[in-house]
Amino acid sequence: MKTTPLHETHRTAGAKLVDFAGWDMPLHYGSQIEEHHAVRRDAGMFDTSHMLAIDVEGTGARAFLRYALANNVDRLTVPGKAQYACLLAEDGGVLDDLIVYFFTEDFFRVIVNAGTADADLAWLGNLRSRIAPALNLRPRRDLAMIAVQGPNARDKTFAALPELRAAGEPLGVFFGARIGAGASERFIARTGYTGEDGFELLVPNDQVAEVWMRLTRAGVRPCGLGARDTLRLEAGMSLYGHEIDEKVTPLESGLAWTVDLKSPRDFVGKAALLVRVPTTQVLGLVLPPKGGVLRAHQVVHTPHGDGEITSGTFSPTLNQSVALARLPAAVAPGDTVQVAVRDKRLDARVVKPPFARHGQSKI
Amino acid sequence: MSSIPDNLRYASSHEWMRAESDGSYTVGISDFAQEQLGDLVFLEVPEVGRKLAAGEACAVVESVKAASDVYAPVAGEVVAVNEGLSDALEQVNKDPYSAWLFRIKPSNPADVQKLMDAAAYAKSIG
Repeated sequence: MKTTPLHETHRTAGAKLVDFAGWDMPLHYGSQIEEHHAVRRDAGMFDTSHMLAIDVEGTGARAFLRYALANNVDRLTVPGKAQYACLLAEDGGVLDDLIVYFFTEDFFRVIVNAGTADADLAWLGNLRSRIAPALNLRPRRDLAMIAVQGPNARDKTFAALPELRAAGEPLGVFFGARIGAGASERFIARTGYTGEDGFELLVPNDQVAEVWMRLTRAGVRPCGLGARDTLRLEAGMSLYGHEIDEKVTPLESGLAWTVDLKSPRDFVGKAALLVRVPTTQVLGLVLPPKGGVLRAHQVVHTPHGDGEITSGTFSPTLNQSVALARLPAAVAPGDTVQVAVRDKRLDARVVKPPFARHGQSKI
Repeated sequence: MSSIPDNLRYASSHEWMRAESDGSYTVGISDFAQEQLGDLVFLEVPEVGRKLAAGEACAVVESVKAASDVYAPVAGEVVAVNEGLSDALEQVNKDPYSAWLFRIKPSNPADVQKLMDAAAYAKSIG
């Protein structure tokens, strides 16, 4: 199994480790629920070094990404600005979801999921050979990644890593900055996957254990992928392989806002999106408190046909079960549907995600 | 390392049983089981009076991670359930041998002796 440069740190801390997309990663360090609350109420951090940064370098970087991604990088005009985007196949299916950062016309950085990283590199490499052979796609496996999230994440990051304050303090939401080069290379971005404020940091592999230790000393709680999943689900964010995959388009997955079909530009998958009529959608489901727990793959019965839960869990913030589900297009927020849970059919309320953000319930 | 008290009997499906003075047996899940499940968030216990076959699924514990059936370690009748536990499920994670789920009156008390003792259970979970 693959390991990140923080693997030994996690083992020493007593983390329960699980296989995530071929990586041996922390599920939790004792209590997933306490880690979840730490992020909603204070500050927590995740080792996200299994994800991959790919630097897109050279003349024509913008034109390449304009064609490669469903969102429009022409919306990125200020250096450091980031954008969430889907990478589509020709048939409109989602190959991956990612964040792209614009720095200069010949330097963009893309951060992709762990499980899809190799396929993304191959896909983008192929596209480059066809339309931009002079461009360089550089996978940055030399950099490790930590996400520091929570209402106190910013303050605690600056306390632990004062050298990041000058670059980090002025950053607006969804902006990033690059600092230094070589051994002193740093990347700090005001992005994340929890519905809380905070940063995503990149540092050279051989320095990440020291950075993790300094953040721990500053009171940032180590959190595992378990809490990461309940946090992103409460925030209504898609997880690749659950809400989205190569079989569905962004338009039928609650991600229409990430697709630019208005501008005249062409992009991979556009032709398919223009003709493929969405028959399904992704919406949220909520059970009453103590009503049981919704789980992925449970069948959802609706008057318009059956759907399926794509991600379900117990929400520590709401103290009741919530889920994201792929439902027939005619279902609307406010409807009541039935979920098959073991031998029962439980009534669930349909809601528009997110369920919680910035520590507060949104439903 | 899981805690495995000597005075209890254990089923291979990770329930423990403790003898009570009235001839009933208290049933809960082992420390190993709660550790595997992670933080518990939902519990469904059987009705008092329900007759159970040995190995019958009769309760459900759900953690943040997964749902798991709890099985009757021996045949018998449910004589009590831990009513307040649903409101304090973290007790199962903190002290799995105090936070019991239900009590059962075995059809044949000798069946309890066929369950594993602490040493055998320790060996079975390696």
